[in-house]
Amino acid sequence: MDLSLSTRTEGDRTVVAVGGEIDVYTAPKLREQLIDLVSNGNYHIIVDMESVEFLDSTGLGVLVGGLKRVRAHDGSLQLVCTQERILKIFRITGLTKVFPIHASVDEAITATD
Amino acid sequence: MPTVRLQISPTPAHVRTARLVATAVARRAGVADAALDEIRFAVGEACSRAVSLHQQFAPHELVTLLLTDEGTYVVTVCDAAPSGSETTEGDPLELLDRLNSPMQRVSDQMPAGFGLAVIGGLVEDLEITDATDGPGTLVRMTWPLSGADHTSRR
Repeated sequence: MDLSLSTRTEGDRTVVAVGGEIDVYTAPKLREQLIDLVSNGNYHIIVDMESVEFLDSTGLGVLVGGLKRVRAHDGSLQLVCTQERILKIFRITGLTKVFPIHASVDEAITATD
Repeated sequence: MPTVRLQISPTPAHVRTARLVATAVARRAGVADAALDEIRFAVGEACSRAVSLHQQFAPHELVTLLLTDEGTYVVTVCDAAPSGSETTEGDPLELLDRLNSPMQRVSDQMPAGFGLAVIGGLVEDLEITDATDGPGTLVRMTWPLSGADHTSRR
């Protein structure tokens, strides 16, 4: 499965719903999306990963890059994920200490309010 | 002799092919279903690492995967990058310090060795050695076979 991306606005938050596989082949597409959002002044981003089926370190790098970009504007990047197989990758790498990870988009929105 | 030998050009698009093949062979060999995700993630990470190294150091060489299922399921990912081009030093948690450094420029590159650290976190039985027949590194990952499943699926 390829990577699917869709964005929507929830108040002053931008939600990026990601589906499929984030790997060395598809990660550049997500990187471009995040860069575009920040370039257009969207500094509070929620990445919904509930439909992500695969994630490697290239994908992690893109998320970290996105976090750095929004932080440069005092923004935030939060994740939504309940899938154990994806959460395991974040735990292994210690990135659970870097990214706020929520169980739902609503929870992420509430957390940033 | 490996059960399956797969060679891919160092192109990101082929990494998915490699991990799908590794998972399919594992399933047929009788690896427990619970380990299949681990294999998919670990082999994907190993191939992603190898492809990235080849693009930098050996763009015309193929990345080789050797898959064997004799007693255990073993996946060996062989790259041809010069030894020492990537270190295994450091901990993924090192990233936290880098991320919090105000001087850190915006980059999507993870620290050197990060991919190997991820594989180390995923795979209990992992062996990383230098190639003996030229430049390169062998990332050898081993999983047990489930005896009952192994018998019924062959």
